[in-house]
Amino acid sequence: MTGPSDLAIRAEGLRKEYGRTVAVANLNLAVERGEVFGFLGPNGAGKTTSLKMFLGLVRPTAGAAHILGSTPSDWHSRTRVGFLPEHFRFQEWLRAAEFLEVHAHLYGVAPAVSRQRVPELLELTGLARHADKPLRDFSKGMLQRIGLAQALLNEPELVFLDEPTSGLDPLGRRLVRDIIRSLRARGITVFLNSHLLSEIEVTCDRVAFIRQGEVVQTGRLDELLAAGAEVELRLEGLSPESMQGLSRFGPCEKLDAGRLVVRLESEAQVPDLVAWLSAQGVRIYSVIPRRLSLEEFFMRVMEGEEAG
Amino acid sequence: MKVPYIAWLTFREARRRRLLLVGLVLGLAFLVLYGLGFYFLHRDILRASQAEGNGPGPLAAREMSNTFTMMGLYAVNFLVVMVTVLSSVDTISGEIASHSIQSIVTKPLARWEVLLGKWLGYALMVSATVLFLAGGVLLISFLISGFVANNLIAGLILMMMVGWVLLTLTLLGGTLFSTITNGVLVCMLFILAFMGGWTEQVGAAIHNDTALNIGIVSSLIMPTEALWRRAAALMQPSSLIGLFNSPFISTSVPSPAMVIYAVIYAAVALGVAVWVFQQRDL
Repeated sequence: MTGPSDLAIRAEGLRKEYGRTVAVANLNLAVERGEVFGFLGPNGAGKTTSLKMFLGLVRPTAGAAHILGSTPSDWHSRTRVGFLPEHFRFQEWLRAAEFLEVHAHLYGVAPAVSRQRVPELLELTGLARHADKPLRDFSKGMLQRIGLAQALLNEPELVFLDEPTSGLDPLGRRLVRDIIRSLRARGITVFLNSHLLSEIEVTCDRVAFIRQGEVVQTGRLDELLAAGAEVELRLEGLSPESMQGLSRFGPCEKLDAGRLVVRLESEAQVPDLVAWLSAQGVRIYSVIPRRLSLEEFFMRVMEGEEAG
Repeated sequence: MKVPYIAWLTFREARRRRLLLVGLVLGLAFLVLYGLGFYFLHRDILRASQAEGNGPGPLAAREMSNTFTMMGLYAVNFLVVMVTVLSSVDTISGEIASHSIQSIVTKPLARWEVLLGKWLGYALMVSATVLFLAGGVLLISFLISGFVANNLIAGLILMMMVGWVLLTLTLLGGTLFSTITNGVLVCMLFILAFMGGWTEQVGAAIHNDTALNIGIVSSLIMPTEALWRRAAALMQPSSLIGLFNSPFISTSVPSPAMVIYAVIYAAVALGVAVWVFQQRDL
């Protein structure tokens, strides 16, 4: 049992209404320290509003949130939190290095430390050449990078990244991915808001799917994807009776003569399936596990909800 | 405590956006124009009096210097009003609209520190503007004609208060409305007080109580005009007040109570601005 202070983020029944519109209906979430946590959902599902409630930008209509053991309205805990906003518009009259110095000061970072850290972060985000360039001359991707550098100025314990790869070219995306990995290696909690599933798939330990302001599924990414495992079988001598018997393992789909796909509950069923087929006298040429891609899983979760 | 730092950032932004440079250059242009006008008018009045052979009438020369100085300060008052509103109208609402406020208020500092820091930064710039322009006008008048205004310090502080009140109202508007709405609102309120002030003046001259009351009510809604008229009344030699009818001499001088009211007015507006800014979603 983990106590609330062991959690990086805890949300209990968070709700936000804007007039009659419900942006977040009932958000329950627990993110442990050191996790890279992906927050997934279609546009307008309430991802950014949830994140704003965690950061104290938006007041919840109901419910409570705890960030590193304190409430979002308590600004003292933000010395340990970094944030890259979705709309990364910054003080465009500042030069890149100045901008980072100003924000380091706002974080309360000592000037001596900041003098060392600012060039490091410019280097890390590939902006060292542009240190003296005013932000108004920055491209969207460069602003995104400096925003990321800004979120790391205070060596935070928890970093919120809202759509960190939007506006970035493939090189920039890889940079973000590498930075997230190095944060994880240092035990820093990362909360990643994204609708880019491929990003989540390669960086996150755990994910939550949010739809219409409610978490519809949470879990470890590898388990979630393995859970909905499918196997492709190439068989010979499958009688109609055996074909019918197969359906006890899950829904079957015949691809062509001798090839079919069975959608299993989990990978653990594969040996049983093979044993059963052998016992039926079916000749098995190949059993290829088809792990779901996150995208397939995402579609299934969202469609499942729609049907339900 | 990040208030001084936010104030410093506000100042830095004004400098970086060349607001200070433009203000300085145009302010100097204004003072040069004022100095030239004063110099030539003053010279001609002296010459005319001397040509008549009976020397410059001391009262007439003094009245002319007084009137011209007050005219300069009157213009300065308008400049300060414009500079205050235009420079601060976008500060909160614009940063909310562009979302750049998000990267500030998610730092370890309270929202009230952001608002008070901005207030302090602009208030200092407004005060510097008054010192520069009004101080310049008074200095030029002194150098050319030897005219010294009465109650210099009190007068200058009252002129600064016009800016502080407007600034506070503009910041409050910025927490509530969009930039354009805020700008229109504050300007309308200022004009309302201006009209009310004149109604009061005329009312006092013709002893019309309704007109007087309209002026007082408008000063309660927006005390800027009352502050200016008190400043103008304080700075003029008392021997001249009531002798001549000019737009710069008040027939109905706002009382010290109005000054106290203006201070409370600004304090309440600032308090409400802080409260609204603390509460609102960003």
